[in-house]
Amino acid sequence: MIEAKKLTRCYGDFTAVDRLSFSVEPGTVLGFLGPNGAGKSTTMKMLTGFLPPTSGTASIHGHDIVADSLAARRLIGYLPEGAPLYGELGVARFLEFVAGARGYRGDEVMRRVGQVVERLQLEEVRMQTIETLSKGFKRRVGLAQAIISDPPVLVLDEPTDGLDPNQKQQVRRLIREMAPDKITIISTHILEEVDALCSRAMIIARGKLLADDSPASLLARSRYARAVSLACDDLQGAASALSELPEAGEVEVRRGLVTAFPSGHGDLFQAVSKLARERGWRVSRLQLEAGRLDDVFRRITRTETTEEAA
Amino acid sequence: MTGGFASLPVILKRELTSYFATPVAYVFIVIFLVMAGAFTFYLGNFYEREIADLQPFFQFHPWLYLFLVPAIGMRLWAEERKSGTVELLLTLPVTVTEAVVAKFLAAWLFVGLALALTFPIWITVNVLGDPDNGVIVAGYLGSWLMAGGFLAISACISALTRNQVVAFIISVVVCFGFLFSGLPMVLDIFRGWLPQTAVDAVANLSFLGHFNSISRGVVDLRDLVYFALVIGFWLTANRILVEIKKAQ
Repeated sequence: MIEAKKLTRCYGDFTAVDRLSFSVEPGTVLGFLGPNGAGKSTTMKMLTGFLPPTSGTASIHGHDIVADSLAARRLIGYLPEGAPLYGELGVARFLEFVAGARGYRGDEVMRRVGQVVERLQLEEVRMQTIETLSKGFKRRVGLAQAIISDPPVLVLDEPTDGLDPNQKQQVRRLIREMAPDKITIISTHILEEVDALCSRAMIIARGKLLADDSPASLLARSRYARAVSLACDDLQGAASALSELPEAGEVEVRRGLVTAFPSGHGDLFQAVSKLARERGWRVSRLQLEAGRLDDVFRRITRTETTEEAA
Repeated sequence: MTGGFASLPVILKRELTSYFATPVAYVFIVIFLVMAGAFTFYLGNFYEREIADLQPFFQFHPWLYLFLVPAIGMRLWAEERKSGTVELLLTLPVTVTEAVVAKFLAAWLFVGLALALTFPIWITVNVLGDPDNGVIVAGYLGSWLMAGGFLAISACISALTRNQVVAFIISVVVCFGFLFSGLPMVLDIFRGWLPQTAVDAVANLSFLGHFNSISRGVVDLRDLVYFALVIGFWLTANRILVEIKKAQ
């Protein structure tokens, strides 16, 4: 279990992380979500023992990240932002180095390297120099070094950043496969990733925790959650008719779709489809909207900004 | 934060691998050997002196190291910080002390290798005459210790910046100061207003004085302790700087 208590980090006058408290149980894939400069990376740097907190503390399975840093670090596999690697080394040599630094010796080093090379499909580049590899391979080498000791805690800073869609898919699949018995923390500003990967999401902006919930509950906060969109021959007519419905609140016409947002009274979808039948609209599309994470994200992070401006 | 030194050989090995994985090692060794030879034969009048010793060889080492050692030292931490690998390294279960010492030792061993590759000149002097080989061994020892001093300074300064060129220039200047502090040019500045003991203390800080006495074949414990203290001091400063600078 990871426990952070009022974790704070200042750079001079600037507070990058502001009294962040949370705890994470094994089996959780936690997504740190936030705009650039929100404090996600700084939080990860503190959890992994790279930066000491200015105040507050955190522990990894009971080991304090400052007082018992070595023990805490032994439990963590870390992929720093941008996956920095020793570019002049070959893939196998680099992984042997990490295995050695993690305390493995002799045959165990080779066994561990063999395992991660297989797991991340690095066989074909095993002997290649890291700096000659494509971005996707480099990222996989970065992940390979993070999991080489099969650590109970994985901290991955923007693991899919800069990868093409196939590579993203691959990395996500890998994280999902490893997740069940571990604590996995990833940071991202790609919202779909949270939906695809995380069992819990924390929205952070300006170093503060703004929301901490499951992706599903976050989605439910979206104004699009349970909204109904409709495409038909007479959009304006439909829009004015829909706005009369007691089940509908706001109605919006955008990009050939009229969207009615629920007012909270009754079943909007039923009401809309009934209305469409009665009026005899030629409906080409009728859909129940799921929540949109980008909408929730914008609203949560923007509220914060306007509150501070006020 | 204390820990063993279990990971020290692992980091040391990685550092050495990196030297030989890049042109750094080969360029350094070739330039070092060519310049050492050129200085010895053209400036040192190795043959013309008609004395069977390696004095003309060793006397130019301080000048050779002044530029070549900072060139090795400048990358030690500046490069790690620039590429971000310092974050990878220091989030592994290794201590900062381990990393500092391992990097220093790797570079020092590497310079030692370059120095060892000058052995043909030792053979030459033995073929041509009958030198005191004990003095020559002491000369090599003194030279290597002095290289260690320069290297500890350069490693420490490399932790100050992400920019290797800046690290190089500042290292050369600081090394220059340490080299020169025994020469009249520097001592005269202090002589007017400092008591003689203080002037002697400044003179004693000079690499040159300690190196010269060792390379004359007088292996005095005080000279050995001096280099050990210099290296220890700068590596301690290096360790503190790495801790401070990683936050920036």
